[in-house]
Amino acid sequence: MLDSTESYVTEDGRTIGGVVMEMKNITLRFGGVVAIKDISFDIREGEIRAIIGPNGAGKSSMLNVISGFYVPQEGEVLFHGKPRPQLRPYEVAQQGIARTFQNIALFEGMTVLDNVMTGRLNKMNAGLLAQAIWRGKAEKEEIENREKAEKIIDFLEIQHIRKTPVSRLPYGLKKRVELARALVSEPSILLLDEPMAGMNVEEKEDMSRFILDVNDEFGTTIALIEHDMGVVMDLSDRVVVMDYGKKIGDGTPSDIRNNQAVIDAYLGVAHD
Amino acid sequence: MLEQLYFAMEVFLNGLMAGVLYALVALGFVLIFKASGIFNYAQGVMALFSALTLVGIMDGQVPFSHIINATLGTDIHHFGWHVPALFAIFGTVIVMVLFAWIVQRYIFRHLVGQEPIILFMATIGLAYFLEGVGDLMWGSEIKKLDVGLPQGINDTIDQVTYEMFGYGFFIDNLDIVATVVAVLLVIGLVIFAQYSKEGRAMRAVADDHQAALSVGVSLNFIWIMVWSVAGFVALVAGIMWGTKSGVQFSLSLIALKALPVLMLGGFTSIPGAIVGGLIIGVGEKLFEFFMSSSALAGELFGFTISATENWFAYVLALIFLVFRPQGLFGEKIIERV
Repeated sequence: MLDSTESYVTEDGRTIGGVVMEMKNITLRFGGVVAIKDISFDIREGEIRAIIGPNGAGKSSMLNVISGFYVPQEGEVLFHGKPRPQLRPYEVAQQGIARTFQNIALFEGMTVLDNVMTGRLNKMNAGLLAQAIWRGKAEKEEIENREKAEKIIDFLEIQHIRKTPVSRLPYGLKKRVELARALVSEPSILLLDEPMAGMNVEEKEDMSRFILDVNDEFGTTIALIEHDMGVVMDLSDRVVVMDYGKKIGDGTPSDIRNNQAVIDAYLGVAHD
Repeated sequence: MLEQLYFAMEVFLNGLMAGVLYALVALGFVLIFKASGIFNYAQGVMALFSALTLVGIMDGQVPFSHIINATLGTDIHHFGWHVPALFAIFGTVIVMVLFAWIVQRYIFRHLVGQEPIILFMATIGLAYFLEGVGDLMWGSEIKKLDVGLPQGINDTIDQVTYEMFGYGFFIDNLDIVATVVAVLLVIGLVIFAQYSKEGRAMRAVADDHQAALSVGVSLNFIWIMVWSVAGFVALVAGIMWGTKSGVQFSLSLIALKALPVLMLGGFTSIPGAIVGGLIIGVGEKLFEFFMSSSALAGELFGFTISATENWFAYVLALIFLVFRPQGLFGEKIIERV
């Protein structure tokens, strides 16, 4: 068992650092329904951490707790070893935790480039007056932000639709634009809520490649939710398995593959 | 006949100027509607309230003097000073920002995610509340507002046109000022919304709340900002209308004239508010001129009607609702089934 500050090198040569975020005994209830029941797990720096489980297992709720959209009734979130006070979603984003949504939340009325540029909003510090006269800080920031945005657009291979309004794009590309918007803020942790849901095999392969590239190139820590077991096993370093709001497994993909509780949850088990 | 044509041209120009004032009120509606989906019935009252506050500050009126005098038995009405217009405008802006904060903090923060009709009802309540507060604070008598804007007939235009056509055009100086101010205001707002960080955040919030939160935009801050900007636009409208016809409580009724303007221009478009305002302004003035003239309508139909200005805008809006419900510039509403 690794210590929380220890780092190790994976088989493919990436260095996984110490724990950056830790969920401690999180319980989330909606009225009488318990969405998450006493779950603890951690995320290490630079790793791809997957959260899997059947429908209604509480995966999205977990992601919403991390990103501040939901407030858990019990438990705490530790960020860089310190308990994080209850933050609002925009404050979490300002801390460098970016996310995407299961049902895609893009600015439909804006172009792809404008959408990506909104990801840089928090990196703009120039005052209104400086922006109005377009001098000094404002000019420098705008150029820098634009460069970053173009770089990410190149990286995710969406140059050809830069000026297209998002509402006209097909589903698969929208997912990629959303990833671009999250990435451009240079997050330390990236949360992806079912990045491959509703995609065909080819699109899934593309998205998997992008996720691996992002992790490799920028060293971004990624926590993702996914249904497709095959994809998860190939992508992730460690996997948390949830079922009915409870954690039923936590470990490397090969651990999970041989975990009886996980097999039961996915394949069903005969009750006699 | 030539005389009639010149007169029609003059009516047309005056219609444009009146339209600018309608557009100013409509602009405030569009801003709030775009950013928060709230149709703010109180926009007209905000214009009234800001004008009242401006006059009150300029004249050194004691706020709530009636209540103070009634409870304490004193007899104070004025501080006895006069504040220069520019400082008074600055003071009023601060009051309107404060108002925006209160509205957001105590009303709309608790109504996030409610049905549009509920938000609309809340603004109706707000309108009457604000009207009452305005009355209590500053009194209900008609007040003269003079921030130093030029008023009366523009002699240069009168003379030049007289020399050219033999007919002097009557254009009010105030209308010219209002037009220039409105144009500057719109250019400023468009640049702000398109290029500034706050403007981008505003558009983001208008488009998708969840996505805006995820890129680190505080909805609360943006909404307060939008209400402040709408308060500022209301102040500009209040100054123009107040200077033109005195600060009186019927000012809040101009909000109703903004409705047909919005139906024409579209609820979500800033240029739409301007074009809609101009069309309504020109349309109602020309229609009135045409229908009430015995030489025109009298000859053509055998009868004349007057006072069409009261209903023309609404009829035009109704026709628009039938043929183009989203307005000239509004976003097309497509429901997929």
